[in-house]
Amino acid sequence: MGMQMKADDATLNGRRLAAMPFIAGLVILVVLLALGAAMIGAYPVTLGTLMRVLTGTGVSDATAETVLLQVRLPRVAAALIVGAALAGAGAVYQGLFRNPLVSPDILGVSTGAGLGAVLGIFLSMPLAFVQLFAFIGGLATVGIVYLIASSVIGREPVLVLVLAGVVVGSLAGAMISLLKVLADPYDQLPAITFWLLGSLASTRPQDVLGVIPAVVVGLVPLVLMRWRINVLSLGDEEARALGVEAGRVRLVVVAAATLMTASVVAISGVIGWVGLVIPHIARMIVGPNFDRLLPASMLLGAGYLLLVDTCARTMAQVETPLGILTAILGAPFFLWLLARGREGWN
Amino acid sequence: MSPTIETQDLGIGYPGHPVGRGINVAISPGEVVCLLGPNGCGKTTLFKTMLGLLDAQEGEVWLDGAPLTSLPRNEVAKRIAYVPQAHTAHFPYRVIDMVLMGRTAHLGTFATPGPHDHERANDALDTLGITDLAEAEYTRISGGQRQLALVARALAQDTPTLVMDEPTASLDFGNQVLVLEQIMKLSGTGLSIVLSTHNPDHAFACANSVAILNEGAICAHGAPEKVITPKQLHTLYGVEVSIEKLRDGQTVCAPSFAH
Repeated sequence: MGMQMKADDATLNGRRLAAMPFIAGLVILVVLLALGAAMIGAYPVTLGTLMRVLTGTGVSDATAETVLLQVRLPRVAAALIVGAALAGAGAVYQGLFRNPLVSPDILGVSTGAGLGAVLGIFLSMPLAFVQLFAFIGGLATVGIVYLIASSVIGREPVLVLVLAGVVVGSLAGAMISLLKVLADPYDQLPAITFWLLGSLASTRPQDVLGVIPAVVVGLVPLVLMRWRINVLSLGDEEARALGVEAGRVRLVVVAAATLMTASVVAISGVIGWVGLVIPHIARMIVGPNFDRLLPASMLLGAGYLLLVDTCARTMAQVETPLGILTAILGAPFFLWLLARGREGWN
Repeated sequence: MSPTIETQDLGIGYPGHPVGRGINVAISPGEVVCLLGPNGCGKTTLFKTMLGLLDAQEGEVWLDGAPLTSLPRNEVAKRIAYVPQAHTAHFPYRVIDMVLMGRTAHLGTFATPGPHDHERANDALDTLGITDLAEAEYTRISGGQRQLALVARALAQDTPTLVMDEPTASLDFGNQVLVLEQIMKLSGTGLSIVLSTHNPDHAFACANSVAILNEGAICAHGAPEKVITPKQLHTLYGVEVSIEKLRDGQTVCAPSFAH
């Protein structure tokens, strides 16, 4: 506890005390980003018009009103919600599995949702049913993984859960491939491919309204149990010694995070990397305490996906699928994180 | 007074892989019991069974007169605090957060630590003299400091009994003394402490009684000077040891090296 320790304390203090202002700053940043994103696009809108539409006061430009209410604002809202939910679920899973390389897909939720959606497209279902299939597919896959894992007794439960997730996930992946082979190559296959790469291009107002309750229902237990999630990140044995019913808490937390992920994936398709990279960055800035990590991850995720989605729809004539952009941005960034050292984890 | 922990014909281990059986130990309030035994004799398994982290294979564990199996985890955690061997955490929690986690058993399912819990955590850091580590990251402090932080967490848990698994293992000489001094200080405040060690000197230094665990059974139990004899140590460790009393009354064990 000599000079060295003191010096370290000082820098740490500076960093950690900044957590609350940082989160407040993020809120402001996300609001500004949202306003900006709502203004730009193929049909630009001024801030004045946007404000009048948002506050419901009379607008002379009927086209602007339609564009904003039917297309752009739902899409902005969806980007915020999807980004926040994926990053929040990622933060939860990384703590739960004590591994910073974990993403919300670890238990197969995205692959399962993908299989559901692909099945829906293959059966030429309407969009609402494709979304419903995706949602059910995601939940069912994680449910099966959990059932398999809990029927294996006497092994490290977290490890069994992860391995079961990998196995069931790759099985679902094989089914997706099978459906792609069988699908109509001119009509269904492009739709399948596009869905699996993720996009918010076809977001409708009712999609946003439909996904909000599911995300909230998933989020509430995570917020309420935030302290227990910290304790659980020490491992089952220590958590139990500290008075936490580890198995029960993990079940609730996995169910909540899966609900959040499955519901947003149902409207966005598979968007990788957000749930992996964003919580990692958030942890580097505000530390691992879930109290701060959850809001910081969700805000960063919301802002990040909004930025990426706005680029996706404004950069070129043809929209770039989101999953491709998040991978192009996420992969090198993650490599940089790895090269930089073990900051934020051990 | 009823023992804080009592084991009754306890069988420890895993289904199909027994580690020990017929273990009867009782820890009285305020007592320091030191568990000695060679590597792999089942010390950690016994501790984990006492804490209910592993199921008893036979017999029963009683905490304050209640059967362990009848208690939910948070009730167990209000009775016994566990100090695992100093480990590296996966995430860089601040030391104060680690210590606050000791308060979990006293919190409701949806609660986070309040001002009272912070007070208890700070008291625990203060007791162990590591207040200035509060804001440091648990992953960036030394092994000895981590061990002290884990002891602080156990103190914040506010239990009548502490179970410490080799609290001096992997610590340098100075930190070993530091931790032992803390154990003596804590027992002076009325806590019951069970600890395991590989160093019989430590039993002489801080224990009221010593239990010897060998090949899955308690083969001796009693006052340190009665139990720790050259013959016993030879049985346990297969080496010749002479036990000497120093001028200040301290007892030390010195192995006789083969020439």
